[in-house]
Amino acid sequence: MNDIHTYQKIASQVRRDILRMVTGAGSGHPGGSMSSADILTALYFKEMNVTPEGWNRAGNGHDLFFLSIGHISPLFYSVLARRGFFPISELGTFRAYGSRLQGHPSIDAALPGVHQASGSLGQGLSVAIGAALAKRLAGDNSRVFVLIGDGESQEGQIWEAAAAAVHHKVDNLIAMTDWNKQQIDGSTEEVQSLGDLTLKWNAFGWECIVADGHDFNSIFEAFDRANSLLGAGRPVMILFETEMGHGVDFMAGTHEWHGKSPSQEQCERGLAQLEETLGDY
Amino acid sequence: MKKYINTGNKDTRSGFGAGLSHLGTINPKVVALCADLTGSLKMDAFAKAHPERFFQCGIAEANMIGMAAGLAIGGAIPFAGTFANFATGRVYDQIRQSVCYSETNVKIAASHAGITLGEDGATHQILEDMGLMRMLPNMVVINPCDYNQTKAATIAAAAWQGPVYLRFGRPGVPNFTPEGQVFEIGKALHLNEGSDVTVIATGHLVWEAIQAAEILEKEGISVDLLNIHTIKPLDREAIISSAVKSGRVVCAEEHLIAGGLGEAVASLLAREHPVPMRFVAIDDRFGQSGKPAQLMSAYGLDTAHIVAAVKEIIGVK
Repeated sequence: MNDIHTYQKIASQVRRDILRMVTGAGSGHPGGSMSSADILTALYFKEMNVTPEGWNRAGNGHDLFFLSIGHISPLFYSVLARRGFFPISELGTFRAYGSRLQGHPSIDAALPGVHQASGSLGQGLSVAIGAALAKRLAGDNSRVFVLIGDGESQEGQIWEAAAAAVHHKVDNLIAMTDWNKQQIDGSTEEVQSLGDLTLKWNAFGWECIVADGHDFNSIFEAFDRANSLLGAGRPVMILFETEMGHGVDFMAGTHEWHGKSPSQEQCERGLAQLEETLGDY
Repeated sequence: MKKYINTGNKDTRSGFGAGLSHLGTINPKVVALCADLTGSLKMDAFAKAHPERFFQCGIAEANMIGMAAGLAIGGAIPFAGTFANFATGRVYDQIRQSVCYSETNVKIAASHAGITLGEDGATHQILEDMGLMRMLPNMVVINPCDYNQTKAATIAAAAWQGPVYLRFGRPGVPNFTPEGQVFEIGKALHLNEGSDVTVIATGHLVWEAIQAAEILEKEGISVDLLNIHTIKPLDREAIISSAVKSGRVVCAEEHLIAGGLGEAVASLLAREHPVPMRFVAIDDRFGQSGKPAQLMSAYGLDTAHIVAAVKEIIGVK
């Protein structure tokens, strides 16, 4: 699958899944799920070397992905299901009692594709660094990916981890930020400004790449560039510039839909803007 | 009463260091992380012998717990070490989500626990750590009593699949556990057979409880003495059968009453076999600077206070 159009089609279906899951559950986080949708589609359908059959929680012999921003679970679950990790019909159980698709990803629920629980913010980058070090110790040449949020980068632990990755020369790690510039209470600028994230990651000693998180050409170029920087003693951060709620006009570019579910009518309006490409669950 | 011989005072943290070094040589999966307290936790021998498996994390405990979780996911058996205060309260949410809820095989090595940390004072003397760790599903809580038992507990923790909180201390204390005694997680050690009262002790209070039992025996009071090194899971059978036999229980620990061994035992006995109880522990206050022995006495955590608690519960003046 090298045609950009193919990935756009998958991402369109993934966005439909997100809308329908959040609407069906009556709660959840559509905004960030929409902003990261193209990044995760690119990861799971092209960039990462992982298959549902070969997947194991330890990540032995395959690329590992950690979702630090656990609240965008609708996206994570949709991509995993569409990639064949579990039946797509299960997407309809999102947030329901007894479901493997917990509000935030859980190990307890034993959902294939999930390596670690997340939801309480700030923790995933540290875990990814540990997993990358485990791969180094085991002589496993596969990579570790982790997605963090820009709002999440207000957490102190992110910057503890930023320093640690450089200190330990973790160079089999590709971290990514969904830089959508919104969080629950408003824009990141209003809530607690992050300044120039590029300067910050560079100052901590990371290789830093900025890309358009909604342009598959830009996303794949960023991964190519990141791969070329691995193995040289430094960790890599890709800052993906994105738009919260991307793909649905009334959700786009505002914090209002960070953690709110649409009404049935709003859901229909959104779905009308997203082509059904792979069949709804 | 069975005799227990102190083979010489030693600190329990050195028992941890010795156990970790032993693990380093026998198990290549064992790795260690430390937050700028390598010397204090006696982890330097491991760090020197296995530099590729030792990760200095600096004064950044939250990240250390996360890194340990990631290493565990990848198949390593990480021991993450720092003072008990920073190993629990400071990183509670990281332990909750990244370790316990995520079922990662992380061992938290917590030194300088309790009031015997001494001169540094209350900022560093955590007395709530066992309570915090006990509340977490999937967590095992171990508080060994001396050097030999701490070494054995460290080795046992590595063999256990799942999160473990291993608590030990700073000062030299009597070392009386036989070298090479197998450490069985969740299994109480029955130190003395008695009938008048049950004394259940953990950590540094076990030696004090042995001294108390000897004194009480001379006064005609027979003590059934349990060393509970594993606070969670509790050895229910040992505790219940002793309480049934004696009808009275005194618990002794270097911790607040809230959340500690005594409350764990009380919760068990309230359901299974209610008996009168007394708690040799600290009641809802912070510590302060002082010498360890001086503080143990001032805060009511020594032999004399165990003897007094036993006499009170039996009704002997």
